[in-house]
Amino acid sequence: MDKIVDREALVGELNQKFGNCAEIFEDNTNQSIKVMPEKLVDVMTELRDNPKYDFKVLVNLNSVDYPENFTVVYHLNSLTYLHKATVKVVLDKANPQVPSITSVWKAANVQEREAYDLMGIVFTGHPNLKRILLADDWVGHPLRKDYNLQA
Amino acid sequence: MLKTQELTLNLGPHHPSTHGVFRCVLNLDGEYITKAVNHTGYLHRGLEKLAESRTYTQFIPYNGRLDYCSGMLNELTYVTAVEKLMGITEEIPERAEYIRVIMSEVQRLANHAIYFASMALDTAGATAWFYGFRDREKCLDLIEMASGQRMMPNYMRIGGVSDDLDENWFKLLKELVDYMPSAVDEYEGILTGNEIFQARTVGVGPVSKEMALDYGITGPNARASGIDTDLRRDEPYSVYDRFKFNVPVRKNGDSFDRVMIRIDEMRESIKIIEQAMKDVPEGPIMAKVPKVLKPPVGEVYHRIENAKGHLGFHLVSDGSTKPYRNHIYSPCFVNLGIFPEMAEGLHLMDAVVALASVDIVLGEVDR
Repeated sequence: MDKIVDREALVGELNQKFGNCAEIFEDNTNQSIKVMPEKLVDVMTELRDNPKYDFKVLVNLNSVDYPENFTVVYHLNSLTYLHKATVKVVLDKANPQVPSITSVWKAANVQEREAYDLMGIVFTGHPNLKRILLADDWVGHPLRKDYNLQA
Repeated sequence: MLKTQELTLNLGPHHPSTHGVFRCVLNLDGEYITKAVNHTGYLHRGLEKLAESRTYTQFIPYNGRLDYCSGMLNELTYVTAVEKLMGITEEIPERAEYIRVIMSEVQRLANHAIYFASMALDTAGATAWFYGFRDREKCLDLIEMASGQRMMPNYMRIGGVSDDLDENWFKLLKELVDYMPSAVDEYEGILTGNEIFQARTVGVGPVSKEMALDYGITGPNARASGIDTDLRRDEPYSVYDRFKFNVPVRKNGDSFDRVMIRIDEMRESIKIIEQAMKDVPEGPIMAKVPKVLKPPVGEVYHRIENAKGHLGFHLVSDGSTKPYRNHIYSPCFVNLGIFPEMAEGLHLMDAVVALASVDIVLGEVDR
């Protein structure tokens, strides 16, 4: 079974350190926390550097187009404690913008570009936010649910 | 005085050293690389979007088209992810779990053999290429016998595997297991023990532990850089917790270590197959799963130790027969992200070696 980080303690500590920025996100995985986009870089840096959590690895970065919002999902893993956490950032449907975390993990560089390319999430502060899989002159973002599949 | 200028060179998309359709724009000062920029996407088929209009079962064959050198492992990742989403992980029959482990390790041997072969070719050692492909074919014969296909097996099923294996198959597996250690010895004799090969690879494209963590490098490449991680041991899936094997770790993180770690891993894979084939239980190969799969609303992120790194699937279900979102975390795609930094300052011919040692397959990079 997956080892999951103590979410209550984690959220409490983050809120104490950076003001009201995190809350427990209820889903079937029981390992998600929701973070305000403005504090994302601070929170991620803290999660990486705090020896209590030690999330040295960005396991996965994904974006989902829900009917009511865009959600960017970050899966984190610690190599020392082997525990996991999922950080979710909920974004506005009309203007999905979230700070880039390339300054925390360089692994985010290509994955954020992918999310931008296919889902149209804008990662502010990304050093090179260009399409990575599709052609530069492609119109639209295919993984959005409103993307027209008919030619 | 001679006039000099920086040269911009397109490496690929049709160049054997890029192992597929990958293009890298290099800025060259003489023969030294000052800047490298990756261009991917030539093989993009939109598998994630395709998955949204396929049922969970219909997506299984697509996995072979991801990393076409390790189809079994991709399929295993996908079906275990769906099983986890449906909460039926405990119901998979023992025999199916053992067959899955054996198949994964045979596939891993095949993948590392092709890696070894292409590495030899990229260092201009064409003789060793034949050794790698000879043994890869032996592994693929077994996979073909079980599934009917060499590279895109479509063998794993949600709930088990598609076909049972008979005694004859296990006899041939025994032959492979008895033979493989001598083949791996040969690899070390012809290539990795070769002075010219060592001159080409030792110290080329080193990746430190910190750099590897920063770039999210996983799998053999991470272990070559001194990161002690292996999901088969750390987060055992299937029945991996029943087998004894070592996790080889090396320190330098250069191209040579990245080759050697795979050679070490092949020996461990043989050990796992030996243990698994000894106590494969009799019984069914499929759990009782409904004909129409409707996983409950929710999501799952599941990853396993693929031959090239941690392959992961992030599946989001809305309760219907088709996934709401199917995200593929591709280890090759993320591992390739380190190449520009790795290539900077390298000699052009060393960059080819460094790229080969990272082991990318473009089917998985572009998806």
